[in-house]
Amino acid sequence: MVGSNLRFNNFMVAAVIIFGIGFTMLFLNRNLVKKIIGFNFMDSGIFLFLASNGYIEDRISPIIQGGEVSVSNYINPIPAGLVLTGIVVSVSVTAVLLALTVRLYLRYHTLELDEIIAKARTEDEK
Amino acid sequence: MTLVQNFPFAAIMMCLAGGVTCVVLRPRAARAFAVLLNAVIAGMMTAVLLFTIRTGESYVYLMGHFPAPWGNEIRIGPLEALMALMFSLVTTVILAGGMQNICEDVEPDKTKLYSAVICLMTASLLALTFTNDLFTAYVFVEINTLTSCALVMLRYRSGMALSASIRYLIMSLLGSGLFLIGVVILYNITGHLLMEPIGAAVRNLAATGEYAFPLTITLGLFAVGLALKSALWPFSSWLPDAHASATTASSGILSGLVLKGYIILLIKIIYRMIGPEVVAAEGVLNVLFGLGTGAIIAGSLYALREKDSKRMLAYSSIAQIGYIFAGIGLGTETGMICACIQILAHAVTKPMLFCAAGNMASEAGGHRFDQLRGMGRRRPLLGIAFAAGALSMIGIPLFAGFATKYFLCKAAIGAAGWKGIVALAAVVVSTVLNALYYLPAIQILFDREPDTKTGQAAGRGSVLAAAAIAVFLVLQFGLGFFFSRIAEIIRTGLNTLA
Repeated sequence: MVGSNLRFNNFMVAAVIIFGIGFTMLFLNRNLVKKIIGFNFMDSGIFLFLASNGYIEDRISPIIQGGEVSVSNYINPIPAGLVLTGIVVSVSVTAVLLALTVRLYLRYHTLELDEIIAKARTEDEK
Repeated sequence: MTLVQNFPFAAIMMCLAGGVTCVVLRPRAARAFAVLLNAVIAGMMTAVLLFTIRTGESYVYLMGHFPAPWGNEIRIGPLEALMALMFSLVTTVILAGGMQNICEDVEPDKTKLYSAVICLMTASLLALTFTNDLFTAYVFVEINTLTSCALVMLRYRSGMALSASIRYLIMSLLGSGLFLIGVVILYNITGHLLMEPIGAAVRNLAATGEYAFPLTITLGLFAVGLALKSALWPFSSWLPDAHASATTASSGILSGLVLKGYIILLIKIIYRMIGPEVVAAEGVLNVLFGLGTGAIIAGSLYALREKDSKRMLAYSSIAQIGYIFAGIGLGTETGMICACIQILAHAVTKPMLFCAAGNMASEAGGHRFDQLRGMGRRRPLLGIAFAAGALSMIGIPLFAGFATKYFLCKAAIGAAGWKGIVALAAVVVSTVLNALYYLPAIQILFDREPDTKTGQAAGRGSVLAAAAIAVFLVLQFGLGFFFSRIAEIIRTGLNTLA
């Protein structure tokens, strides 16, 4: 049945809720800085989802210690690698967004996207 | 392994390295370098295409020779090679054709950054076409997003371009967020990131009925995420401003190529990972079909009331993207061939229209139609190119656009139930609407001028533009005459995809 495993997957439930909050903020908020915060929320939600996928109860990170090489002692390292890649992407996108926001603020002295678009339109028609 | 088989991987690496090289070159050298690099890659892709057509099947290229669970792969078949050839060739030609506008619109010392961004853009498009790994696809989707926003925002001192590019970036990020969580859920239920093992696992799941709900969700996330990024109506509100405020070459690349990269990825997901029969059972295709036919009509209606040439072309792109999704949404093989033909037809037509309109606009001093009046008489080649592009978009036989309409009608007649009738109706209505806004545009361009303006001396840029237009016209008629031959290549390509 759909939803019967929710209490075992509490990390994933939290991750999807965070993703939803971030997505809504990025989509609907009119303030550019809040949009950028929303974007980071959204990506953090995805990373939590991934990281909780790879974690296995009572196991350690896949670094060989004391000659122990049995696979059954370690968690799955692939999601951690994906999270790292995702963080790199997320950081560079955030940098571009912030740089654009600075340029727009210097030009229009506001962070509200609606006002920026309206001002840009009137400027364009001149 | 022959030498040719290394070309796709080499091309991606050459573009990435070329992007870095452009930054340290002088602006003039960087501009020439970007054009030449894309031309060389177009040559390499021709060799790959001929190779794959001769063997008639696809091959997997292992990077670093690590086998499946550890290594990363790219996969090359006739369809991928054809699309990659189209991407690099059209980039070369539109860069040459828009060179004069790039020099006018981009700050002089930033043109080398423009060339760098173009190289990275080609790299991401090629990688999206060739990759066999879902997470690599995500990374290159993001590179594509960033470079395409950079192409819009590099316009010199234009607030409109800045605000349009941040809207574009935000909408794209919403799309890639949905795509990424789709990838993660799919990894969660299948345990793989390479497309072949995922495909096997998904067929297994579909047969046993396990994880049916997450599978539907994943497919929906992929479809909506990639539809957002490829501007399927009603997710297309960002497109007109972004495409109209960018410089000529950017507009051509953005509407002709960038939108298609995501669609090719979606086709690969449908064929290689989920399997067409599973997708057809899910009902996601019906949604895509509905939105696609909606886009065909809505895009044309918006374009009808536009007074600005570049914005009209941008709205027309929304309608043309609708054709691709309608073809995919029909769910038959002919429908998919129609989508692929439309990807090619739109990619050779829309950049030509933007190239002609942009070059006329820079001479006339603005791209509103009242400013462009009579430009077709003053610059006959540009006028003829615009007219040819417009006739192609309307769907006159012997032009590339006719091939799309032919295959969409053929697919609609073969399709079962309501979809076929709706598709036929959409084709008829949209042809009339296209004629309603393109024919007056041609008429304005070839109208008698109200006053005699002093014409600018034709510089080197206009020679390049003329050469670019000539190549576009050859491509246009090549596709219009030989579309059944190309459809055969696409059919073999689709068969080797699965």
